[in-house]
Amino acid sequence: MLLSIKNLHASINGKEILKGIDLDVNQGEVHAIMGPNGTGKSTLASVIAGREVFDVTSGEVIYKGRNLLKLAVEERAREGIFLGFQYPVEIPGVSITNFMRTAVNEVRKYKGLDPLGGGAFLKLMEEKKKLVELTSNLANRSVNEGFSGGEKKKNEIFQMAMLEPTLAILDETDSGLDIDALRVVANGVNKLRTKDNAFMVITHYQRLLDYIVPDFVHVLFEGKIVKSGTKELALELEEKGYDWIRKEQRDNGIAG
Amino acid sequence: MQGQMVIMESDPNNIIKEVTQSDYKYGFVTDIETEYAPIGLSEDTVRYISLKKNEPEFMLEYRLKAFRHWLTMKLPKWAHLDIPPIDFQDIYFYAAPKKKKQYESLDQVDPELLSTFDKLGISLEEQKKLAGVAVDAVIDSVSVKTTFSETLSKYGIIFCSMSEAIQNHPDLVKQYLGSVVPYTDNYYASLNSAVFSDGSFCYIPKGVRCPVELSTYFRINAANTGQFERTLIVADEGAYVSYMEGCTAPQRDENQLHAAVVEIVAMKDASVKYSTVQNWYPGDKSGKGGIYNFVTKRGICKGSNSKISWTQVETGSAITWKYPSCILLGDNSVGEFYSVAVTNNHQQADTGTKMLHLGKNTKSTIISKGISAGKSNNSYRGLVRISKNAVNSRNYSQCDSLLLGSTCGAHTWPYIQVENKSSIVEHEATTSKISEDQLFYCQQRGMNAESAIGLIVNGYAKEVLKQLPMEFAVEAQKLLSISLEGSVG
Ligand SMILES: Nc1ncnc2c1ncn2[C@@H]1O[C@H](COP(=O)(O)OP(=O)(O)OP(=O)(O)O)[C@@H](O)[C@H]1O
Ligand SMILES: [Mg+2]
Repeated sequence: MLLSIKNLHASINGKEILKGIDLDVNQGEVHAIMGPNGTGKSTLASVIAGREVFDVTSGEVIYKGRNLLKLAVEERAREGIFLGFQYPVEIPGVSITNFMRTAVNEVRKYKGLDPLGGGAFLKLMEEKKKLVELTSNLANRSVNEGFSGGEKKKNEIFQMAMLEPTLAILDETDSGLDIDALRVVANGVNKLRTKDNAFMVITHYQRLLDYIVPDFVHVLFEGKIVKSGTKELALELEEKGYDWIRKEQRDNGIAG
Repeated sequence: MQGQMVIMESDPNNIIKEVTQSDYKYGFVTDIETEYAPIGLSEDTVRYISLKKNEPEFMLEYRLKAFRHWLTMKLPKWAHLDIPPIDFQDIYFYAAPKKKKQYESLDQVDPELLSTFDKLGISLEEQKKLAGVAVDAVIDSVSVKTTFSETLSKYGIIFCSMSEAIQNHPDLVKQYLGSVVPYTDNYYASLNSAVFSDGSFCYIPKGVRCPVELSTYFRINAANTGQFERTLIVADEGAYVSYMEGCTAPQRDENQLHAAVVEIVAMKDASVKYSTVQNWYPGDKSGKGGIYNFVTKRGICKGSNSKISWTQVETGSAITWKYPSCILLGDNSVGEFYSVAVTNNHQQADTGTKMLHLGKNTKSTIISKGISAGKSNNSYRGLVRISKNAVNSRNYSQCDSLLLGSTCGAHTWPYIQVENKSSIVEHEATTSKISEDQLFYCQQRGMNAESAIGLIVNGYAKEVLKQLPMEFAVEAQKLLSISLEGSVG
């Protein structure tokens, strides 16, 4: 198993956001995570990536057989965890080329590989740019600075392609994309999909799942995964909204 | 010069004592490596230096006038710096030309220094050279220097040490030395005028565009230039030169006090670009040791349409006191100041510029990026003065401060005086911190905190770094990251 989350609780400033998450992800799988606004989807992604503002109060996360919670943010990244941010940040004055070169070479160093020289790096970049249909002028600009919402998301997919992660968590990468961009992003993911890696795709729209077909769909509700199923669950949610889940939860609560 | 009079003595310490206790007559000592002037500062010291350098009468007069003036002056106190008292009677004002300590191989060199060289990507051969290891003939500096000078002389360019210029071009020196920074200018400039040891002289004749960066030379001759360095650059009508001072490799200098003076003269249509990368020893992490760097740098745009551009990357020294300035005398002349100053641990920097607009339609640009970390203090101090006659002049200033952590300080003191109505002065200032979001983003891509900060800081300073000559820009970038090492917990 690639990732195994057991009874994970996490809070911020004393406020509990994740209230006992259980989730297993195997290599080769795509998991879609859905759920209403503010239920903790991004928080779950952040905690897996190691963001320190969140306190893990109990539970465990095992990744590649190791206690993930013990690793520093950059170690997790070097071990193949990639987070496609819901809100990618701007880094003024730093070109995407320079940014990615630093990232790629630090990961290579960790793996005991020689750094990629200028030529080899640019070649790799060209190849990946083509894969995700990123235009050249974007790559020459500062990281996310002045990018449109859609451009930022494409840039995330490009970075994912460059880093070839084992576990990619895409947090609403489809939000704000036009139809063409959505197809590009989805194609990018599909091309990168192998039997050895896995994806967690956080989304509000079943539309994305027409392109990236998930093996499992989970519903995160008030800090817990309350329902899991196959892609039909996404269709059901699309049709019925979250009210029936709320109702179910309420009924369960009363029943329990 | 130093090879001519060699008196071998066994114990240099004894000699120093002897000399300091006897009056000046023949009171200098020589051993194979070093010649010292008597310790402390007096008229005799000044005479000694001038004599030692075999200077013409006018230079001795100049030095003496400067010295007598210096005696009447007080230490400046206005900078936002905490400067420990300096005992001027406890300094050797002339200890030159000193050979660097020679090592047999790199194994004998301070490993920390070598690891910094590595991070800067300096080649092994060059590392040896910089660390003072005996090197092969391949990059023997004498031969390179000769070839280099021959190339320049074809264009009529004079580029030599200040000592050589005083001997070989006394008229030019007499005409321009002290014409931009008079010996009365300030405490440290007066001191420098009295006791300067050496430095560089550069004259670009009319209409000549210097075909090379005058940096190559320094790269190879990065040896001791002394604590009181004196540089004079004159660009005659229509001339152009780009001059790079310093060396990006760390300099472990024994001298604690450095007080250099740099003067630039740009005649009509001339353009001078002066770049500095200053990386002197900043002291250790607890603030012990390090260089006090009190520099006076000033250029005058004498003729119309002339231009002087200062670019500085300041990462070293325990204390930096430095305001490269432009006097915009010629109509339509242009002054620029691009600065990145990094302070970490206990470093202090008070740096900035003065733009004095005197001619019509003069323009100046100031871009200053201060980056502070640790317990350091980083101040920008700038004066923009537009005189009554400098009609239609413009200044644009942008002063940004970046703070790493909460124990450091950043300060901005912009002084603006505009004496006519047709001129426009714009000033922008920002203070920011590296956001936790930015750091997390970089770390999530596999970078450790230090390289993330290095990257973010370099992006922040990009506007200035891109002004540097290409070959130095890359090293300056690495230097910024290295200077901030250990600034995150
Ligand atoms: N840095 C923070 N400080 C305080 N509260 C936070 C912080 N980050 C998240 N929260 C809170 O945690 C809860 C879960 O937020 P999270 O971003 O995980 O939701 P989400 O499921 O991703 O929502 P959306 O679908 O809107 O992206 C919200 O109530 C949010 O306000
Ligand atoms: Mg979210």
